[in-house]
Amino acid sequence: MEHIVQTTLILNGVAVTRSIPARQHLVDFLREEMGLTGSHVGCEHGVCGACTLRVDGKIVRGCLMLAVQANGRKVDTIEGLSDSGELAELQRAFHEHNALQCGFCTPGMLLAAQDLVASRPQATRDEIRDHLSGNYCRCTGYHAIVDAVEEVVVARRGGKK
Amino acid sequence: MNARAELPLHAPGTQVDKGYIGESVPRPQAKRLLQGRGAYTDDLRFPRLAHVVFFRSPHAHARIKRLDLVKAGKAPGVIGVFDGRAVAEYCSPWIAVLGHLKGIKSPPQHALAIDRACWQGEPVAAVVAETRAQAEDALQLVEAEWEPLPAVIDMDEALEGKRVIHPDLGDNICFKRELDTGGVDEAFAKADVVVEESYGFGRHTGVCLEGRAILADYNAAEHTLTVYHATQAPHMMQDIFSRHLNIPEANVRVIAKDVGGSYGIKVHVYADEMATAALSVMLRRPVKFLADRLESFVSDIHAREHKVKVRLACTKQGEILAFDLWDLTAIGPYSVYPRTSGIEGNQVVNLTGGPYKHKQYRAKMQVVFTNKNVTCQYRAVGHPIAVALTEGIVDLAAAKLGMDPAEFRRKNLIPDDAYPYTFASGIKFEKLSHHKTLGRLLELMDYQKLRAEQASLRKQGVHRGIGLAAMIEVTNPSPAFYGVGGARISAQDGATIRLDPTGMITVLCSVTEQGQGAEGVFAQIAASAVGVTIDKVRLTTGDTGVTPYGGGTWASRGAGIGGEAVLQAGRALRSNILDIAAVVLNMDKAELDIVGNEVVNKLTLESKLPLAELGRIAYFRPDTLPPKFQSELTVTRHYTPREYGFTFTNGIQASYVEVDSDTGFVKLLKHWCVEDCGTVINPMLVDEQIRGGIVQGIGAALFEECLYDAEGQLLNGNMADYLVPMAAEMPDIVCAHVETPTKQSELGAKGAGEAGTAGAPGAVMNAINDALAPFGARVTAQPFTPERILQALRKV
Repeated sequence: MEHIVQTTLILNGVAVTRSIPARQHLVDFLREEMGLTGSHVGCEHGVCGACTLRVDGKIVRGCLMLAVQANGRKVDTIEGLSDSGELAELQRAFHEHNALQCGFCTPGMLLAAQDLVASRPQATRDEIRDHLSGNYCRCTGYHAIVDAVEEVVVARRGGKK
Repeated sequence: MNARAELPLHAPGTQVDKGYIGESVPRPQAKRLLQGRGAYTDDLRFPRLAHVVFFRSPHAHARIKRLDLVKAGKAPGVIGVFDGRAVAEYCSPWIAVLGHLKGIKSPPQHALAIDRACWQGEPVAAVVAETRAQAEDALQLVEAEWEPLPAVIDMDEALEGKRVIHPDLGDNICFKRELDTGGVDEAFAKADVVVEESYGFGRHTGVCLEGRAILADYNAAEHTLTVYHATQAPHMMQDIFSRHLNIPEANVRVIAKDVGGSYGIKVHVYADEMATAALSVMLRRPVKFLADRLESFVSDIHAREHKVKVRLACTKQGEILAFDLWDLTAIGPYSVYPRTSGIEGNQVVNLTGGPYKHKQYRAKMQVVFTNKNVTCQYRAVGHPIAVALTEGIVDLAAAKLGMDPAEFRRKNLIPDDAYPYTFASGIKFEKLSHHKTLGRLLELMDYQKLRAEQASLRKQGVHRGIGLAAMIEVTNPSPAFYGVGGARISAQDGATIRLDPTGMITVLCSVTEQGQGAEGVFAQIAASAVGVTIDKVRLTTGDTGVTPYGGGTWASRGAGIGGEAVLQAGRALRSNILDIAAVVLNMDKAELDIVGNEVVNKLTLESKLPLAELGRIAYFRPDTLPPKFQSELTVTRHYTPREYGFTFTNGIQASYVEVDSDTGFVKLLKHWCVEDCGTVINPMLVDEQIRGGIVQGIGAALFEECLYDAEGQLLNGNMADYLVPMAAEMPDIVCAHVETPTKQSELGAKGAGEAGTAGAPGAVMNAINDALAPFGARVTAQPFTPERILQALRKV
């Protein structure tokens, strides 16, 4: 029989308690149990970055973490970070630069970009490219994504390129 | 930055309405995707939804001696287990041939293999359970005994035919084509210079970030089937579900909501998807299948895998006289339904040498079956092969003559005033602009300065290379592509536009949104044609239950064909609105126009009647209109390109690379593309779509290959081992446009979706070989891995 573990996490700011199969990935739990379908499943082996989530303030692969490991932790998803307004600047820049096409990578890409915007205010274009290299996008040529992130980074440091 | 500022707002010669055409308008539809609030097929939630997983053949070629599903059937949560015979009772097999590809043959293919599996990954049995996890658990309990059969893996061996995969077909040849203008041997005999080279093209695949996804919902009471499907061609799939599941077409509805990338991968009939639809009928409940990443690699179509030999004859003045081509390609054990797997090779024959003005051309192309995953049309179908081999041999000829590659191309490109023009392969060009695009490219990249920089760095031991690739591309196909061959694939598309009572307009179009921005450009066209602001436009696509009938998204056709239908529907609606306004205002229709959501006096622009007020009157107070006047605020128009088989476009790309001669690594420094896709509707969207295409082409050139061992086992079918381009390795890409609108439509738009993928591999190959030139080394087999570059340098 499956091991079921009672787990409590702070999901997008709200405490949630569920009985979770021990083997279930965090991203499957969010999608299947919580109905948060904004985090996508692309490869299930930690390469593509489509399932990027934030746990205790750090970005993680939702397919490489078990849901029960989130016990006692803060989990933020694209839905929560959109509603809080934290991603608004990046979302506006992505929209204006057409830095998405099919949008399947976009939630993960935005979380990875926000991690850079918050932690590396001096990032250059090359460093932006490096930082986003764990997130696969098949539609754009990455160019517009880099343009959008660069615009936000530069704006935040007062317009200095 | 985007090259928008360089564009004219309206290309000369077009007859488009003023407004949003040529503007970089952000896509309104993208907002939901930015918040994770899209609706991809796997995001949908249904009561009684069952989940199917597939037991797939572990062998490349084997007889199924025993398949025991009993244990799996008893596993927790399992609803049913099915083999090929069970599913075949509900889903008839298919044969993928087309009448205009003379002699093409392929055996019948079933939704689930019966008796024999022909590639590793072919679905053999289905397990349906209440959850995906339960289905996967049960899958481990399926027992199969196999009798391995000899597998034909190598395409030369397949051609030789000592072992025939499908004995009923007689040999392993699916399709062959020969073309000869005559005079080729004479041209080679009188040539001053003859160059010959062989090129290899690796087998690669689309790697859509969203796996293939289908949710089929059969309603037994109505005998209706609703299929939520990540597809590019809903009407094509409606027809296919109808015919193979024996349900009247009118009872089948296919809905493509958000689709997570397709690039040609999601325009084909897949056995596991047909089985899913059949299982929904069999179980009388909704059934969902989502291909996970590992099964995507063994079941999504692969593409390319060509082996080519080409010869070029030219004079010592540098005039190309003739091309002579030999192409062999392997497609797996089945031609893929319904488009067939003969098209890519056919395109290589059509397109090789296409930008140039020589008159003599001969080609021999053969398509063979092998026991690997099937291949079929993937973004830029045949173009990346034709462009790379053409541009590779052209560079080799230029080098032999000691001519600059740009100059050699200028000498041989078809002149810009030579149109209409029929190329040696028989394809017809309405109007291309090779010389303009070449000139613009050289200026954009500062070619001479770059050459000087390259020469000076070379002295310091830094090996950089510049590669050019001119191209022609098939876009806006007429029925000549599939319809004439008997495929029920629509070459026409339609748009319905309705003015709603509040003054909003609703557009329904048969072209689908795959993320490329079709809905965005249709909103721009509709707003411009009717005379409303873009915030007043709502779009619906991808639903056979509500949109007009049409082909969908493939072959760079959405903007050119669907866009023209939207334009014509918008104009008709504008005219109908003005009929009502003339009656309400008691004015002459000719005095009126629609600007900014209002009916205005055409001359003075004085506001006469807001559309919201006109809508109110037409819908709620028609009693105030004259008794015999009936308003018509919903119109539908269709469009089919017919004057030319295809609306060819042209363009040229350049790549600037640095090769590390110690490690074999290639660093992409910069990439340029000048494209002529006719009227540019939204430069920002076109540019990034071209860039995305270029990056896919770069993937093929440098990283991506589905590697099989001698037994037909895919060795790198996961994203850790199959390399795709990521942001850090990709260069900045500069795009610019020349606009030669097609005169076949009033919009003037040609396609742009595949241009990037068509030209990039050739440009990168030529750049690498330019960098390697001082070593007397060349690479011609894609992907150009460090290992292959070091082999060329004779270092390993």
